Amino acid sequence: MADTMVLATTNLISPIILSFVLGLLAAFVRSDLSFPEAIAKGLSLYLLFAIGFKGGASVSAHGVDAQLALALLAGVALSLLLPFIAFALLRTMTRVPVVDAAAVAGHYGSISIVTFVAATSLLASLGITAEGYMVAVAAVMEAPAILSALWLAARRGGGAGLGADLWREILLNGSVVLLLGAFAIGWITGEEGLATISGLFVDPFKGVLCLFLLDMGLVAGRGLRGSRGLLSPGLLAFGVVMPLVGAVCGLAAGLALGLSLGGLVLLMVLGASASYIAVPAAMRVALPEANPALSLTLSLGVTFTFNLTLGIPLYLMLATAMTGS
Amino acid sequence: MEMYKAKRVEIIIEAVMERQLTNALNEAGVTGYTVLPVSGGSGRSGPWSREGQVGRAGGMVAVICLIRPERLDALLEAAFAVVERHIGVVNVADAHVLRAERF
Repeated sequence: MADTMVLATTNLISPIILSFVLGLLAAFVRSDLSFPEAIAKGLSLYLLFAIGFKGGASVSAHGVDAQLALALLAGVALSLLLPFIAFALLRTMTRVPVVDAAAVAGHYGSISIVTFVAATSLLASLGITAEGYMVAVAAVMEAPAILSALWLAARRGGGAGLGADLWREILLNGSVVLLLGAFAIGWITGEEGLATISGLFVDPFKGVLCLFLLDMGLVAGRGLRGSRGLLSPGLLAFGVVMPLVGAVCGLAAGLALGLSLGGLVLLMVLGASASYIAVPAAMRVALPEANPALSLTLSLGVTFTFNLTLGIPLYLMLATAMTGS
Repeated sequence: MEMYKAKRVEIIIEAVMERQLTNALNEAGVTGYTVLPVSGGSGRSGPWSREGQVGRAGGMVAVICLIRPERLDALLEAAFAVVERHIGVVNVADAHVLRAERF
């Protein structure tokens, strides 16, 4: 119990989390603090490239094995499955219409790469290593959930067909292309390649992450501030319960795969996190009748905040207890 | 200076739909338009702003076309097929242009 409190406190008073809290507070007190869109996108591109490259370099150093392929399959399966659980929970816990429930479910099957990065940083600060290919697992988990969400909506006659524009949005959205592309470059060039760019992509990484989370705090805070009347108690509860369910699914998959403690935690985080970049764009194309404010406020305002502050330490504790590490 | 009558069509639509809209306009023979970023606003889905956004889902763009009046119906039909189910605003105004051969 004492270890738990120390871990939670260490996480909560880290510069990364405090930057996020600063953004939240600034939004709540209606400060005019803001990031121009171009800078926010620039920070996002930097983080995606850095995490992808480091993951690829790590795989290059440790080699490819069957476990990598199985982990990728498990990631795809989780991403396909989680929207069905989220949809069932939403229909049980809330009164949101089918099309909104399907759109929200799609967000919760996909992942938040920044939550993944924050978990990676916490693990690194504790000296816990994880399989480098977890970055690739994160990338393959972005899209399958969208297909599940569209199927759920189509069952009730909602949504558009899967046209070329939608497939492009699903498979070639910028975050997936950059993450997988940087992963491939890291894999090809290995640790030597990483060493040549470490001055930009390794040393300043945490500082950039702080700035990005400050922006995320601002966006999440403004979303929450504007959500009066939007989030019912049932929806708020869903925003906390669903990541726990997703984390348990990730834990089960990770244990079956025999992942290391770090890998287990990261797969739990991927299962627990909800998308707020790739899926919202796809949902706007495919399910325009769904309320975008609902999905974004839940995934970014509630679940992202929960995962970042309490969820990640909790998942680490659970994984530690299950593995006896 | 001589001026010629034209129609100014302004379509404010979600940024994710920009490509589909401009493709539809091109297919309808409307190859001249201007796309402008929109910094923020408020509507039926509540207030929104470009600031701090990293995804395209929350953003809007304005697509502005200046065309000859007789081409208006074809443009609106093409545009409406794309924007009908989406958040946005379509408005048409009378305008005057200086160089009619360009429209």
